[in-house]
Amino acid sequence: MPKIIKDLNVVEDSWQVWRDTENLPTTGGVIVPLSLWQAHKDALLALGGIAVFLASDQSPKLLGADINSFALIAVDFPKFADGRGFSYGRELREQHGFNGELRAIGDFMRDQLYFLKRCGFNSFALQSDELDEALASFNDFSDAYQPSIDQSLPIFRRR
Amino acid sequence: MYAYDHFDRQLVSQRVAQFRDQTQRYLAGKITDEQFLPLRLQNGLYIQRLAPMLRIAVPYGTLNAEQLRKLASITRKYDKGYAHISTRQNVQLNWPKLEEVPDILEELAEVEMHAVQTSGNCIRNVTADQFSGVAADEVEDARAYCEIIRQWSTFHPEFAFLPRKFKIAVCGSESDRAAVMVHDIGLQIVKDAAGNTAFKVIVGGGLGRTPVIGSVINEALEPKHLLTYLEAILRVYNQLGRRDNKFKARIKILVRAMGAEAFKADVEKEWAHIKDGALSLTDEEISRAQSFFQPPAYESLPQQDMQALALENADFARWLQHNTHAHKVAGYRIVTLALKTTGVAPGDVTAEQLEVIADLGERYGFGEIRSTHQQNIVLPDVRQQDLFALWKELVELEVAAPVVGTLNDIICCPGGDFCSLANAKSIPIAEAIQRRFEDLDYVYDLGEVELNISGCMNACGHHHIGNIGILGVDKKGQEFYQVSLGGSQGLDASIGKILGPSFAQDEVPNVIEKVLETFVSLRQPEERFLDTFRRVGMDPFKERAYA
Ligand code: HEM
Ligand code: SF4
Repeated sequence: MPKIIKDLNVVEDSWQVWRDTENLPTTGGVIVPLSLWQAHKDALLALGGIAVFLASDQSPKLLGADINSFALIAVDFPKFADGRGFSYGRELREQHGFNGELRAIGDFMRDQLYFLKRCGFNSFALQSDELDEALASFNDFSDAYQPSIDQSLPIFRRR
Repeated sequence: MYAYDHFDRQLVSQRVAQFRDQTQRYLAGKITDEQFLPLRLQNGLYIQRLAPMLRIAVPYGTLNAEQLRKLASITRKYDKGYAHISTRQNVQLNWPKLEEVPDILEELAEVEMHAVQTSGNCIRNVTADQFSGVAADEVEDARAYCEIIRQWSTFHPEFAFLPRKFKIAVCGSESDRAAVMVHDIGLQIVKDAAGNTAFKVIVGGGLGRTPVIGSVINEALEPKHLLTYLEAILRVYNQLGRRDNKFKARIKILVRAMGAEAFKADVEKEWAHIKDGALSLTDEEISRAQSFFQPPAYESLPQQDMQALALENADFARWLQHNTHAHKVAGYRIVTLALKTTGVAPGDVTAEQLEVIADLGERYGFGEIRSTHQQNIVLPDVRQQDLFALWKELVELEVAAPVVGTLNDIICCPGGDFCSLANAKSIPIAEAIQRRFEDLDYVYDLGEVELNISGCMNACGHHHIGNIGILGVDKKGQEFYQVSLGGSQGLDASIGKILGPSFAQDEVPNVIEKVLETFVSLRQPEERFLDTFRRVGMDPFKERAYA
């Protein structure tokens, strides 16, 4: 089973990312594109164990009322330099109250883990065979100036 | 000036450790070139034509003597013994070695300096009026707010991978010395009818290949909302700014495409979620920030008559008129050291000069030194009675060229001598123009003329907002120069208009001379170049230049 980082540990993980936007998967346990979900909600629900991922140009607002029905929402990073997903993470947590697993998938890199975590992500399908080493990057900084998901108060309210 | 507490210190040293580790992993082949690019850029490290270039942050242009001495020692130890003041008030080293950059950053951290976010697609070092806190025409000191913005933007988790770089400038005085109309966000401090401080918020200005004057989206934002409002603007931009074409990725393009009203509506929608949340500024935080920028222990001195001071010596008189500015405290004057010696790249300063300037800053002031976006250095608090003695020392140091605000106070990017993106050299053009106009009486008669040079359309030399702008272009593999007229950077900012077909390098001084002769012949008494141009338009200049 592939390994990912989840809640600061390296763990085995069975979710599969289904990138096909036309054909449906045949089993559950898959993370499907938003558009597939929107077009085939009932058929997908019947499979059980369905999660969605947002492409980098898909705002969480497009999930509408479905947001809190998912146990897992993923955000895809087509290129690590495409930082839209950082805003989506915060929006899901702060504006939509999403409490499930929030996963980064795609081309992000180890050196973004600290910021991703601050933006509400708690699981990371990091493309690397050095996942244990990568854990160190969560500790790049011990504190931060700004409020975000992992620290609700800015430093100026704690100084 | 701001002093770090244990928290700021810890963050900066953790940043050094992080970058040291990243550099080691890069050198060990564990990080690709492509991945390392944003990591090094966000620590100020460019790879340019001849060597890496390291851009060190000078938050809102404020330095102290100890920092200047450290910079001098770093340029000797790791570089070629000189530094460069950039058009965003930062300090650049042209010859550091990649492997040594973590050591340089560690030394900088010892004096509370860093190179964080001086490059890359993130919120850059915030800039301000170089006369903040001392200008006679000041509404309110911008520095406390700049420091608040610096902290908020430093390692902001959400905005480290924006569509493009993002620059914020703050101006606290009536005449704009921070170019707020041509930044991604410009903040102009104003007072409302009741005398309360507020910010006029301008978005979507910028230079580069598509120069745009920004749009006001909030006439009077209360200080407590400063950070939440900025965060809302950035969040809208991060999601909607274009990422398919880097030349269309700046916020100016987004604001133009949406229209300022629609952009503002999106910002306010986003703002509604966070407006009164934890990021709202408290009165305590604003006072804490302001406590670092309290006036130093000024003596109570009589205001001396400048005319009388000028009688000392004719050269001194010229310097006094051009290189010093009115101070808000009686008996004091603001002094600008011109890094514009003919034959030296504008903005270059040697290690020896840095050290002497550090001493001068202590002897003729309170140890504070400023860098300016015109690539000069400022001693903000000089007693009028000391001006003559200081001037003699500055002459000795070759930083007393009495040209501030004149044609010869040229702003110039590194251009083809250093930069791999250049179409043409820019430093030799600056030198050729300074040589042509060595007759200072002629230059003074011209009055205020801003001449800015960029080596390509990235516009690092701000050519669009020079009264006279010069842009390096590539014409069938040859270096050519396009001249534009009528740009200006103030609150009535305008983008220069192109004079016509471009010129070969050796023609440029002649063309500038013809432009100036046209101005002199059409000028009304005491009229500035910009005003004459605005009155008579391009045609007479064009006729003469291409005659
Ligand atoms: C030598 C290496 C340099 C490189 C490769 C470089 C590259 C660039 C590029 C690509 C842009 C355009 C970005 C855009 O429009 O989004 C830019 C803009 C700019 N650069 Fe540089 N630059 C260099 C040096 C400098 C120096 C030495 C200065 C200061 C003297 C400077 C000041 C600026 C400024 C102020 C802008 C902003 C123009 C705007 O707001 O659009 N750059 N630079
Ligand atoms: S304007 Fe062009 S040539 Fe000049 S420094 Fe910028 S990128 Fe280089």
